[in-house]
Amino acid sequence: MFDLTFFITRAVQQGIPLLYGSTGETLTEKSGNLNLGIPGVMYVGAMSGVIGAFFYEQSAKGALNPVLAVLIPLLSCLFGSLCMGLIYSVLTVSLRANQNVTGLALTTFGVGFGNFFGGALIKLAGSDVPSIALSATSACFKRSLPFASKLGWFGQVFLSYSFLAYAAVIISLLVAYVLKRTRIGLHLRAVGENPATADAAGISVGRYKYWATCIGSMIAGLGGIYYVMDYASGVWSNDGFGDRGWLAIALVIFTIWRPNVGVLASFLFGGLYILHMYIPSGMNLATKELYKMIPYIVTLVVLVVTSMRNKRENLPPQSLGLSYFREER
Amino acid sequence: MEKVAAVKMRDITKSFGSVKANDGVWLDIYKGEILALLGENGSGKTTLMNMLAGIYFPDEGKILVDDREVVIRSPKDAFDLGIGMIHQHFKLVDVLSAAENIILGLEGKLDLKAAKEKIRAICDAYGFEVDPDQKIYDMSVSQKQTVEIVKVLYRGADILILDEPTAVLTPQETDKLFAVLRNMRDDGKAIVIITHKMHEVEELSDRVAVLRHGQFVGDMLTKDTDAQEMTNMMVGHPVVLNIERPEPKDPKPRIRVEGLTVRSVDGILKLDDVSFTANSGEILGVAGISGSGQKELLEAIAGLQPVEKGSISYLEEDGTPEELIGKDPLSIAAMGVSLSFVPEDRLGMGLVGNMDLADNMMLRSFRRRKGFFTDRKSPHDLAERVVSDLEVVTPGIATPVRRLSGGNVQKVLVGREIAAAPTVLLTAYAVRGLDINSSYTIYDLINKQKAAGVAVIYVGEDLDVLLELSDRILVLCGGKVSGIVDGRRTSKREVGLMMTKLGGGRG
Repeated sequence: MFDLTFFITRAVQQGIPLLYGSTGETLTEKSGNLNLGIPGVMYVGAMSGVIGAFFYEQSAKGALNPVLAVLIPLLSCLFGSLCMGLIYSVLTVSLRANQNVTGLALTTFGVGFGNFFGGALIKLAGSDVPSIALSATSACFKRSLPFASKLGWFGQVFLSYSFLAYAAVIISLLVAYVLKRTRIGLHLRAVGENPATADAAGISVGRYKYWATCIGSMIAGLGGIYYVMDYASGVWSNDGFGDRGWLAIALVIFTIWRPNVGVLASFLFGGLYILHMYIPSGMNLATKELYKMIPYIVTLVVLVVTSMRNKRENLPPQSLGLSYFREER
Repeated sequence: MEKVAAVKMRDITKSFGSVKANDGVWLDIYKGEILALLGENGSGKTTLMNMLAGIYFPDEGKILVDDREVVIRSPKDAFDLGIGMIHQHFKLVDVLSAAENIILGLEGKLDLKAAKEKIRAICDAYGFEVDPDQKIYDMSVSQKQTVEIVKVLYRGADILILDEPTAVLTPQETDKLFAVLRNMRDDGKAIVIITHKMHEVEELSDRVAVLRHGQFVGDMLTKDTDAQEMTNMMVGHPVVLNIERPEPKDPKPRIRVEGLTVRSVDGILKLDDVSFTANSGEILGVAGISGSGQKELLEAIAGLQPVEKGSISYLEEDGTPEELIGKDPLSIAAMGVSLSFVPEDRLGMGLVGNMDLADNMMLRSFRRRKGFFTDRKSPHDLAERVVSDLEVVTPGIATPVRRLSGGNVQKVLVGREIAAAPTVLLTAYAVRGLDINSSYTIYDLINKQKAAGVAVIYVGEDLDVLLELSDRILVLCGGKVSGIVDGRRTSKREVGLMMTKLGGGRG
């Protein structure tokens, strides 16, 4: 029997990492930086959080302080993803390296970083299975409102999630507001559209690019830790995060660079992502793989539709992917 | 009344690599005065002004504003000193509205409502027309320029620098701009205008300063000098300032266009029922506001543009017509129809920036030789001939075209097209952005082709030149033929009116 309430809850949980990733990437792209390293950033974010949690659990020996259990992994996650954002910014903004190459390298690096330290931690923990379970930390992350379960389907669909899920929605709406309604947002959009103009108007292009990329990376990194601590119940296994990072980048295009649209779109993508579990396909694994393609196909359709409508506001930031150098002739 | 200096530039030097763009330049800019800054291409006018605007930083020398030595490190510093520059390529963000562009870079809370109020007040004071909510991509070139000027005034600039502001305007728009500039001068503002057009200098400016090869040559009051003297100062030796217009010899119809209708890919009507004849041994000028279908017209003749309706025939010496529509560009070119289009970025069409001169010559000829290997010798010879005939300044034939200055790039392009010995020469914006000396070289080349019996179709921006060079002028207005006038008998006013209104508003 198809349980709609349960499906929606699952879709939302799937969607939250995508939402973090796409909000971070949108913020970054609005500054004209095409950070294809987002999958790597989310990996590093997740792994840094796991490392923090692992050592705290080891040192606390079972008696976890819930506040610290949340705060330590969260801060190490933010630190890890900030480093990734900084590497990207130094390479592309200060040294004007090619953005695509840098981004792809960071993704490869990030996945490798995650798997390397994942392997190291698994050895340290001496576990029999190739994964680490941080269930105590995860329990602190997963706390939700106690009365949600008493409110029937309403509580299930709207109130049953952990704090990181609500934070994702709030951050997206906040980013959307900043981009649209504040002077900082106006300047950031100008930098991404036309850095020479922004520069001539007295806006520090480099500073905006650095800030947007670093904050964007930190937001994306949160998606990684949400996945491990909440969605996967604190179990880290190598390559477990899968292709969600790429899906987050697809989501940026799908939402035509609007984080507020991203809130619902990410849940839709989450639903599409797990749809293959709900469609009876028998034992044929090939069909299942085909269903997993649905989110990407939807993105392609959106690309076609928006390019046919050809509205200037729906196009990517004009200088996306280009480095800026003031005295270039 | 004693003039007060708003800006003094002393011993300013700026190098790009091994090239000295400015070398010990002294310049004074006075309040309540319009200064015209003159010089050939690459003489360092824009570089000098960019240093005032904070885009570049001088290597040596000092700048004094109101007799106080200042350091301008960024455009923001320039704004704080009341210096505003309107660049040749507008610095506007397309997807933002006029108001958003105007307040870009300012501090404080984002209050669009108050900003719009202030914009309206500025517009009323000087006679601008700006809709603060209009998006930049919806605007015409002159509207964009107006936004640029309002932007500078919004920041309270007292010193305005305009880099070739009239290059893209119609005569009527230019008149309007000049009226506004005079208003601002009378308001006590200091204005610097960079331009190549002598008659504008004479009409508008109070004082002229001349740069040559990055060095300051001298300045004088406009009323004490004339175009001849200014040009001589710019070039460094006497120059003859007359465009010749020999009577056409034995003109015969060469290209006949009838009822030509062209739509762009998006379905927008670009040319609507255009008919005319171009004669051999004659220069047919094409005038019109940019984007009135000039590009489409030339491309349709060259076979690069799909045609919806109409016919284009090429008439042989004996008068037998041959239809060009439906032929591919290569066979049209083989018949002797040659197109040289100089786009805004100069390299976009016809030349490959990263290839050297000889290779660019080869683009035109490599198909002629059968067989697996290409012929490298004759393009190399041709390149050498073009370089020596047209006095192209280049380190050598093996230099990538991208490294040449704009004027030399254009000489290479036009030289190659002419070397193909065409019977029809289509040329658009051949002198775009060129200084007066190089422009005259190009006019000379075109006149030589005319004398050789080539039918020349010349699309130009500068009406004064069109009027002096063309035998007849075809005026386009929104893709329709507004009229064909005799170049010897018409006036700038008449052509200008025809550009903005079909038939000049009389018919």
